[in-house]
Amino acid sequence: MNWFHRHRGLTPYLLLAPGVVFLAVFFLVPLGFLAYQSLESGNFDIGFSFTWSWSNYWDALHNYKAQFIRSLEYAGIATALALVISYPVAYWIAFRGGRWKNLLLLFIVAPFFVTYLIRTLAWETILSDNGFVVNTLQSLHVLGPSGRLLATSTAVVTGITYNFLPFMALPLYVSLEQIDERLIEAAEDLYASKLQAFLRVTFPLSLPGVVAGTLLTFIPAAGDFINAQLLGSTNNHMIGNVIQSKFLESTDYPAAAAMSFILMAGILVAVFLYARLVGTEQLTGTAA
Amino acid sequence: MTDELTRRQLLERAAMGGAAITFPGILAACGSSGSKASEGTTSVEQKLAKTLNFSNWTLYMDTKGKTFPSLEAFQKKTGVHVNYVEDINDNASFFAKIQGPLSRGQSIDRDIVVLTDNDRYLSLMIKKGWAEKLDKSAIPNIKNLVDVQKHPNFDPNRDYSLPWQSGMTGIAYNDTLTDPVLSVDDLLEGPKLKGKITVLNSMGDAMTLVMLSNGDDPTKVTDKTWNAAYSRIKKAVDNKQIRQFTGNDYAPILARGDLMAAMSWSGDIAQLGNKHIHWNVPEAGGALWTDNMLIPKGGNVYTASVYMNYVYDPKVQGLMEAGDPKRKIKGIYYIPPVKGAGEAAKQYDPAVAKNTLIFPTASMLSKVKIFDSKALNNQKYLEQWGNLVSG
Repeated sequence: MNWFHRHRGLTPYLLLAPGVVFLAVFFLVPLGFLAYQSLESGNFDIGFSFTWSWSNYWDALHNYKAQFIRSLEYAGIATALALVISYPVAYWIAFRGGRWKNLLLLFIVAPFFVTYLIRTLAWETILSDNGFVVNTLQSLHVLGPSGRLLATSTAVVTGITYNFLPFMALPLYVSLEQIDERLIEAAEDLYASKLQAFLRVTFPLSLPGVVAGTLLTFIPAAGDFINAQLLGSTNNHMIGNVIQSKFLESTDYPAAAAMSFILMAGILVAVFLYARLVGTEQLTGTAA
Repeated sequence: MTDELTRRQLLERAAMGGAAITFPGILAACGSSGSKASEGTTSVEQKLAKTLNFSNWTLYMDTKGKTFPSLEAFQKKTGVHVNYVEDINDNASFFAKIQGPLSRGQSIDRDIVVLTDNDRYLSLMIKKGWAEKLDKSAIPNIKNLVDVQKHPNFDPNRDYSLPWQSGMTGIAYNDTLTDPVLSVDDLLEGPKLKGKITVLNSMGDAMTLVMLSNGDDPTKVTDKTWNAAYSRIKKAVDNKQIRQFTGNDYAPILARGDLMAAMSWSGDIAQLGNKHIHWNVPEAGGALWTDNMLIPKGGNVYTASVYMNYVYDPKVQGLMEAGDPKRKIKGIYYIPPVKGAGEAAKQYDPAVAKNTLIFPTASMLSKVKIFDSKALNNQKYLEQWGNLVSG
């Protein structure tokens, strides 16, 4: 018997090792360092020292409550919009796409061959005050003569929705594509209307995709700062902008680190509540 | 005997493995991040390096197509190839990039970097000992430094830094969209400009302009004058008068016509060359700032000093500034810190030599002020300003 045979019990650990080492080095170590930093006090000129300075957390929550709430609000609206926009698209591709499925999926992903920054800057041109969109909305009296889209919350939410759309559309497609169409036929044979068949069969079976898509969209969206920076005004800044400016402009590392942890906690709580609401088995797909 | 693992065992052991690695990881990360102080080199070797690594801001060198004529001429003269990198977009983020290695005593592989005097990072570099002393024996042309720049308070004897270019902060407006915008009052309170203006996110620039408009002295900031200026800008934010705070990214927005006016830098507008966009020093006065060359710790002092000497030759500086239309060389278009550069520039391009954005008149210079350097390092001000700009 060779060594591997005798130590078969080790197999799972060996298989895990690369992933665990990667996570430890590139996720846990920096996270631990960030936690340490978030409890420091001092400033860049005189240096920072570790003092269990929990006040960093209270100050951050107290001073930036508006930005925390705004981040969750924008991310929530953008996630809901992305779901409403993607679901019909994913549904249509999964059930009606036929041999064009792959090409249609490519169309969803195609804009992402262009870098994030350029895509967001493109919206700056599209929503420009003298652009086609604003002029059209003004002539339809949706916007007042001095109304604008750029540097408003509408532009920020639009940008986030657009930038994270594929993270919603692709998981939705995967779960819709796996649905056995005979189940829907069976529902119709049992006198369910099209709507009932959708609500009682198709939609519940697609829930794993909905859950995965909303999480993949909401989590990065809540921490985003590019959209708010380029498409928003000072009144639309999200917590990501504050963290970015604390880290890079005011070199207030403890405050920035504390805010990162608060954001992380906020997202975890939101995800936890959501998971309780729809059930965790939807995420792993075991219910299906 | 069955030594096959069940799926459940596999998962359980995997989970244990995951948990086991977590805590040591965190602990290891909490180790002290103490910095080793690097020893300064005392004896300077007077031997040229093969390459000079130079980090500068974008659009800050004379160009001919995609080449840099003055850098090529330097190579011809000395044999030193200049590796010219345009990787500085604003002081804060460039400093954030280099402060890690510098605080650990590591080289950043640069021989010259350029930082602005109206932000706190330039003086911080010198104060923290992250800048090498210039080799003045290699810079006889230092005698051409303009008098006003000889004794700045962050480097009283110019031991560590030399000006690269200066510029002014004022107001630009688009004449197809608005009447002339000549004062901070118009900019921050003019009802017709609501939502159509931007303010610079650089504290020194913005505060200088607003304090001068308030009738206060930006070279000696007090809590009272700070608060007055701060609340005035805050009010303009709350009223949605100010659309955004920007770095030099206001230029495309202004050119596109989404802005009527913007607090802006003179050279950007000179380079933009749009006949509908006008730049002026506000009635109450504007800001003057200077970008300074520094040799970061570990840079080659002698080679960097030889290069500084080269650009302080008025003939070289004049050509860099004005360019040469005959040879299709485009100039820098900011304000040169070198005496005699204006005279030299006239030979190449008389029009540029007359441009007051590049060679400002005495009356313009008398209206521009340098922001209080103590206020730049005031933690309370920095925090308030950071919150205003990012909140």
